[in-house]
Amino acid sequence: MIKVEEVSKKYGGEAAVEGISFSLEKGKIYGFIGPNGSGKSTTLKMIAGLVFPASGSITVNGKKVERKIAKEVAYLSELDFFYPTFTVKDMIAFSATQFPDFNMDRANELLAFMKLDPKKKLKQLSKGNRGRLKLVLTLARTAPVLLLDEPFSGLDPMVRESIVKGLLSYIDFNEQTVVIATHEIDEIEMLLDEVIAIQNGQIVAVENVEELRESKGLSVLEWMKKIFA
Amino acid sequence: MEDFQASKPIYMQIVDKISHQIVRGDIKPGEKLPSVREMAIKTGVNPNTIQRTYSEMERMEIVESRRGQGTFVTEVNEVIVDLKEKLQTDMIAAFVHNMKELGFTQEEMLKGLQNYIDREGGK
Repeated sequence: MIKVEEVSKKYGGEAAVEGISFSLEKGKIYGFIGPNGSGKSTTLKMIAGLVFPASGSITVNGKKVERKIAKEVAYLSELDFFYPTFTVKDMIAFSATQFPDFNMDRANELLAFMKLDPKKKLKQLSKGNRGRLKLVLTLARTAPVLLLDEPFSGLDPMVRESIVKGLLSYIDFNEQTVVIATHEIDEIEMLLDEVIAIQNGQIVAVENVEELRESKGLSVLEWMKKIFA
Repeated sequence: MEDFQASKPIYMQIVDKISHQIVRGDIKPGEKLPSVREMAIKTGVNPNTIQRTYSEMERMEIVESRRGQGTFVTEVNEVIVDLKEKLQTDMIAAFVHNMKELGFTQEEMLKGLQNYIDREGGK
């Protein structure tokens, strides 16, 4: 589904990722974990076609990743990217013009699920509601790959829970592959199939989470503390 | 969302939880279990994990899946009686194991248990 092979990327002489390789299977939920500055965001941006690798190759469904991969990859940025004078409804309409796979019915259903008022201006939204809206915009797409960069960061427990529930309610489990980059593993521990650990631009380990619990008796958090020690 | 021990396999914890509900009668023989997605949302757990829970319970013959209809609790009374006995044996085994670790003899265990039930049993 997604293949990353020997990929490196530098920013101003400093390596962000160095020769990383891994592959992701269809229909699974991956946790992409690592400390700040480990290369998580850079890797996601490269899969989304927003940043280009200096060397190596990335393919999604056999296609080499370039800018146009946006049709097949929905990407939730860790940044706020909103126009403050837009209403929630404007933002939905705008996204619908940008992505052919944007499903309007699903977007409206998601807005109701997240209890967001379509008439509200974006500048009037709380941080939590901006976080919810970002997820609405991502989950309204039927793209086979969903990349979520720090979807929980800075949000309170109620909002985090609504995001987890939103994911479980609206992901197409048989068709969509989901990658969640985060350093807040507690929130998604129960949500994951596999976990990929990255540190200093290198992949440290890839594990099945139930396997970790079964054979090593470790939670993902405990395992993470061990390997990043 | 439900609480689980993050360091033990989640699918087994859910098997245990549902088994207890069946033995207590909170879930009745022949009752339909929530769909995989409903259960995933209710518990906050990965759907593949829920699928594995249901497969494991099917292997244990506690539930059966009917094509296109969902997963149902068995109506075979024998299976539920067996399950009840198994859960009882598991609990007793854990109790006995812990008591042994603390150095209690058989007589002390039985006496302690009897005393406890006499004192607290009605509550």
